[in-house]
Amino acid sequence: MGNQTPNGFTLDTSGKRIVVDPVTRIEGHMRCEVNVNDQGIITNAVSTGTMWRGLEVILKGRDPRDAWAFTERICGVCTGTHALTSVRAVEDALGITIPDNANSIRNIMQLNLQIHDHIVHFYHLHALDWVNPVNALRADPKATSELQQAVSPSHPLSSPGYFRDVQNRLKKFVESGQLGLFKNGYWDNPAYLLPPEADLMATTHYLEALDLQKEIVKVHTVFGGKNPHPNWLVGGVPCPINVHSTGAVGAINMERLNLVSSIIDRCIEFNNNVYIPDVIAIGGFYKNWLYGGGLSSKSVLAYGDIPENANDFSAAQLHLPRGAIVNGNLNEVQDVDVRDPEQIQEFVDHSWYQYGEPGKGLHPWDGVTEPKFELGAATKGTRTNIENLDESAKYSWIKAPRWKGNAMEVGPLARYIVGYASGHEDIKNQVEGLLRTMNLPVSALFSTLGRTAARALESEYCGRLQKHFFDKLVQNIKNGDESTANVAKWDPSTWPKEAKGVGMTEAPRGALGHWVKVKDGRIENYQCVVPTTWNGSPRDSAGNIGAFEASLMDTKMERPEEPVEILRTLHSFDPCLACSTHVMSPDGQELTSVKVR
Amino acid sequence: MSQIETFYDVMRRQGITRRSFMKYCSLTAAALGLGPSFVPKIAHAMETKPRTPVIWVHGLECTCCSESFIRAAHPLAKDVVLSMISLDYDDTLMAAAGHAAEAALMDTIEKYKGNYILAVEGNPPLNEDGMFCITGGKPFVEKLRMAAKDAKAIISWGACASYGCVQAAAPNPTQATPVHKVITDKPIIKVPGCPPIAEVMTGVITYMLTFDRLPELDRQGRPAMFYSQRIHDKCYRRPHFDAGQFVEAWDDENARKGYCLYKMGCKGPTTYNACSTIRWNEGVSFPIQSGHGCIGCSEDGFWDQGSFYNRLTNVKQFGIEANADQIGTAAAGVVGGAIAVHAAVSALKKAQKKSQDKVEG
Repeated sequence: MGNQTPNGFTLDTSGKRIVVDPVTRIEGHMRCEVNVNDQGIITNAVSTGTMWRGLEVILKGRDPRDAWAFTERICGVCTGTHALTSVRAVEDALGITIPDNANSIRNIMQLNLQIHDHIVHFYHLHALDWVNPVNALRADPKATSELQQAVSPSHPLSSPGYFRDVQNRLKKFVESGQLGLFKNGYWDNPAYLLPPEADLMATTHYLEALDLQKEIVKVHTVFGGKNPHPNWLVGGVPCPINVHSTGAVGAINMERLNLVSSIIDRCIEFNNNVYIPDVIAIGGFYKNWLYGGGLSSKSVLAYGDIPENANDFSAAQLHLPRGAIVNGNLNEVQDVDVRDPEQIQEFVDHSWYQYGEPGKGLHPWDGVTEPKFELGAATKGTRTNIENLDESAKYSWIKAPRWKGNAMEVGPLARYIVGYASGHEDIKNQVEGLLRTMNLPVSALFSTLGRTAARALESEYCGRLQKHFFDKLVQNIKNGDESTANVAKWDPSTWPKEAKGVGMTEAPRGALGHWVKVKDGRIENYQCVVPTTWNGSPRDSAGNIGAFEASLMDTKMERPEEPVEILRTLHSFDPCLACSTHVMSPDGQELTSVKVR
Repeated sequence: MSQIETFYDVMRRQGITRRSFMKYCSLTAAALGLGPSFVPKIAHAMETKPRTPVIWVHGLECTCCSESFIRAAHPLAKDVVLSMISLDYDDTLMAAAGHAAEAALMDTIEKYKGNYILAVEGNPPLNEDGMFCITGGKPFVEKLRMAAKDAKAIISWGACASYGCVQAAAPNPTQATPVHKVITDKPIIKVPGCPPIAEVMTGVITYMLTFDRLPELDRQGRPAMFYSQRIHDKCYRRPHFDAGQFVEAWDDENARKGYCLYKMGCKGPTTYNACSTIRWNEGVSFPIQSGHGCIGCSEDGFWDQGSFYNRLTNVKQFGIEANADQIGTAAAGVVGGAIAVHAAVSALKKAQKKSQDKVEG
């Protein structure tokens, strides 16, 4: 028996139900339930966001110039990307333009975040799904050194002694009996396929990347004063430029520029010498594991980002592409209009919220968020001790956003499919080069592995773009322009009585939009639709399953009681639950005393 | 037989000589107010005690504290995690998930009853029976209570755990509640900030490991060593404040000269934190240095004090010493003494006992 979804999946709940809660190595709180048949194949998947923070309720009535700081705290992992989206939304509403230097600096910060986030995701959140650090103890350091030199001849850290040291340290750690973060891992599961040398190489890079990531973020520290959570400014950037005169200690001067430049070079080096070669080397051992495609071969969405010129968000001027593909038709990349009330809508029939009218979708500018925590009749357990959820009823704190009625995947793979399909030159070259190197067909892109590879390619591309905007910044300063902020409309008395705006970015995890309404100098309402809302979406009123759910379907589990494959695929999206589940009440319902209704 | 990497091993591996190690032990003895006869005992404890287990749980938060923690430069986050503590449970970083993760949690609690540190990032929401934050099918607050019961001490990381932070800003729709209002029978160290500075985080942990006692806390429960001074007190732009030289508009001539940001809403004069001394990300900068005022992110309720760009009205330009010093005077008192004395007496006993009850490999 089976139940066909409109978006082409057959759900069968007759097999054994498996629960993974908490899903670890993600941001925030998430639960996943699947049914597996007697061959260990997943026949039904349920993904649940298990937290709600109510941030947008909190924003109501605040100064719109402060909104970046609140929304930045939606997420400390993709730190800054919500802040950028917020200042763009407020600037759009109030008709504020920013100077060229501010555009370059914002782009450098946003690209820097992409690179940081992608590297930390791959090495510290995702790698343990593919890499077995315990198996690394069996590696021959000399052979590991040879492997390292073969996959990346330019990486200086490759001597047998270097790998021996890391191995000894690891050995001591494991033998201490205190396995810490590696405790209760699934280290004897046959889903791990790497030889010990590749495990040792990758575990070593886990540690190298941990050291490097703290360097990468110093770009944010220079321009925004700290990381996580650097400071932003409506109208530009807060850091002034002063390269010629006195008092330059508090401003962007030559020393600051040199620091930024050196970090940009290190990002490029690491991408080229470590990240990309690792993905190719590890991917090579897993290239027959092409599960996890889910919605990627059907429906993907990108808003686009990284405007070449200040204040110009037209698709042709964006370095990261914009567009939507539906029903797997790569020949038609459709334009996306985030202001169109018919395109983006959110549904709550399976989410712990209620609208007046069941089955209805609302555009973010007109959205409503009224929490309603209730469990379906078939739930196992109690209200505060859930054993199995009932997905035929409400089952998540995440809403279900849809583009023209379609469930969409967003993120690096979505961007790369849109870029590939629309002939984006850099992206096309990268994708074709990778597939050629790995001897894989284009169809291999639509997989867990494809998602992981797209993220690595994007990190490399963003590294080059970061340099491009650094050069552009320096050239502009050289031309005599040191301006970083436009304060003409800083004072609220210059604002229209009522205004609404939208800001978009491509966050590391995908398309991110903030919609704001301003009235009498205050936020009247504020709504965010974030990447993990798209990807982690529950079912909608028509029964379409979301991207996480779709990606788990038909996956074969080696040992159903050990969720290695589930983690592998969910992690390939880099889920961010704090982002996805903060959503609010733009109509401004007071939610101070939320109780069971 | 287990081969536990002890604190001594870690120090040796980091290039510290035996001689320096012994010197370090005598300084430790002195710092604890103990005589020279205790030096060999301290040395023995350091040579034999296993890594302290840490359980790190997450409530309503944004994970910026974890992100900050991994930015630590001294010591490096990898050294803390591999060699100084045993991070036995942390849903953000651990390999296991679901049942296996929960089992790791229960196992650690059972095995190290009364000896593990509970680190809390985020806070529990109490509305809707706690179900605004669900973990393992249950309200997070239950997990927090369970993990706190047998903890030696609790670290409240960041503004969320210490004060509630952004989700507790008005109208606090989920009733997000700081840890100390839910757990009232354990020593709690608040390390506020959104997030705290990485080296402050590792500083607090290594202090506890090194001296085997809680840091001295101020009246609000913050480590005095990092939170006893206002950012304004040590701000490198302070001379401009005293001289009446202010930024009047973003990116004006004065901004480029690095004048004081007080008129742009800087909250440095009322914020207790180490930003202007330790600075951020290995000392690269801090908010004021990079041209934006302090938003006061380590202060209780900083989200509800008006716009970040409103000028503080209770700080006068001249006579600042008298006026500004009254701000938060109440908070400056130190009450950590009793805890410290108690901890010092029991420190060596505990350490020695641990070395005898050598943990199974």
